[in-house]
Amino acid sequence: MTNHLISLTITAALDGLKTKKFSATELVNAHINQMNACDNLNAFITKTPDLALRLASESDARIAKGEMRPLDGIPIAMKDLYCTKDVLTTAASQMLKNFIPTYESTVSQKLLDAGTISVGKANLDEFAMGGSNTNSSYGPVENPWRSKSHPDKPLVSGGSSGGSAAAVAAGMAMGATGTDTGGSTRQPGSFCGIVGVKPTYGRCSRWGIIAFASSLDQAGVFAKNVEDSALLLKTISGFDPKDSTSAQKDVPDFSGLLKQDIKGLRIGVPKEYRVDGMPQEITTIWDKGVQLLKDAGAVIVDVSLPHTKYAVPTYYIIAPSEASSNLARYDGVRYGVRVEGKDLQETYDLTRAAGFGAEVKRRIMIGTYCLSSGYYDAYYTKAQKVRRLIANDFVSAFEKCDVILTPTAPSSAFAIGENDDDPIKMYLGDVFTIPASLAGLPGISIPAGLDSQGLPLGLQIIGKAWDEVTMFKTAYALEQAIGFKEISPLLKKGMV
Amino acid sequence: MSIDKTTVQKIAGLARIKVSEADLNYYAPQLQNILGWAEQLQEVNTDGIEPLSNVSEIACRLRPDVVNDGGNARAVLTNSPESVEGFFVVSKIIE
Repeated sequence: MTNHLISLTITAALDGLKTKKFSATELVNAHINQMNACDNLNAFITKTPDLALRLASESDARIAKGEMRPLDGIPIAMKDLYCTKDVLTTAASQMLKNFIPTYESTVSQKLLDAGTISVGKANLDEFAMGGSNTNSSYGPVENPWRSKSHPDKPLVSGGSSGGSAAAVAAGMAMGATGTDTGGSTRQPGSFCGIVGVKPTYGRCSRWGIIAFASSLDQAGVFAKNVEDSALLLKTISGFDPKDSTSAQKDVPDFSGLLKQDIKGLRIGVPKEYRVDGMPQEITTIWDKGVQLLKDAGAVIVDVSLPHTKYAVPTYYIIAPSEASSNLARYDGVRYGVRVEGKDLQETYDLTRAAGFGAEVKRRIMIGTYCLSSGYYDAYYTKAQKVRRLIANDFVSAFEKCDVILTPTAPSSAFAIGENDDDPIKMYLGDVFTIPASLAGLPGISIPAGLDSQGLPLGLQIIGKAWDEVTMFKTAYALEQAIGFKEISPLLKKGMV
Repeated sequence: MSIDKTTVQKIAGLARIKVSEADLNYYAPQLQNILGWAEQLQEVNTDGIEPLSNVSEIACRLRPDVVNDGGNARAVLTNSPESVEGFFVVSKIIE
């Protein structure tokens, strides 16, 4: 039996493949079986088991010849926002329900080159707009966890990379790609009890990632633990001339530099993140995280990020504005669906009315309004100025500390359908992740415990720009101190 | 600031999205709420603050002005709803 393979970490699986304890084909097969057993979660828009098995046999051939690549044979899930050559890429939108890219995104190509094997294209909020994965035109993703008091009620996986997070948490993939514009890897990571990482803006190439808000969009990864996530992030990072905002900087060996002492490291704790109405359990878990780092020798520093409360409204001006511009490309002419009208103007109007879902239309219209003549300065320029103040807050805070520790989200996973009719309430779910996004900083969410409902809660570590090394090192130390061993009920079931 | 149905109709027109009367009733109060909530940014003093458009402080690179890609007309047209003889097809726009 190979069912236990789905519980392995990437690091352990690489060791097993190297020492020929099992083959890549067995490893990939075990994950495909689990993917099929978890169909009810709706984590994938397109499953690619045949392609995965073909690549697995190529991995096995390389391993047999002693030519094993760094991540050879590791099954992953690919967020369906990454263009993948000859494989349907939808962005979870009806607009792209027939879009088959003729090229491969830089990030997914790097993962292919490293030997990873995608088992399918993971579900997401349409065009990555959402924090619950209920905005997908392919239906919501269910969280592999259920609450103790309502075990019959499906919960959201978080968003926008909800399918990727659910796939890793349920053992359908050992790691996954996400993208993070305002929290889309960190928040689903927190909701699903796994690690979610967003690097510094510019660390990864955005080429071939379907654009949402270009000044914020960044690739990210999910994994079962910090070490695996560091391995994956290292793989997808690096300069790419095809993305004008990609950084010409060396990529440190994130996973090799993890296991260092954090003695004397200064941990910033921002008082503005103690928001009204946050459940006591989250405050408790945060305080415990602070104490554990202190016990490990770190120095705790109170810091202030005074413009925190303006981050979410700033984001909801900037991101929709950029989205309205980026999504102007969907005109029914060059790719995607087309609904014919009596003339070209009506063809545009009908195509976009039919192709976009409610949240996408909402954001395009907000953005169009904010960018329209007479309102541009009052909304977009104003938001860009506040954005600078938010970024400056972090610059000042990082004069006193090396990393910042916060909760990842103000709640654990909520029921599917809850908050759907209250956009602002939904937007506030990203209150702790958006500030770092606006400042372009790296952030990681690690599972820190379960709440009284038995649902995972995450803690976020925010690093200085380009200092993912210290962020990962802190995350690793905290992960070891917390010793979170819980796995989702579906993963447990699949291992039997 | 007030987002009424007329305003939504105008925005939707600019965004090239056809909206029905039901859509107007649905979106008008939502957009009003969201933009009204975002008004709180006005209370922040941003005098003398430079707008932040490039967070990474990476200067945009220039490259030599030479062709470095191309000859992919067939691939480019693969996903178009309609194409003829190597061109995209759109409705007639001049009578």
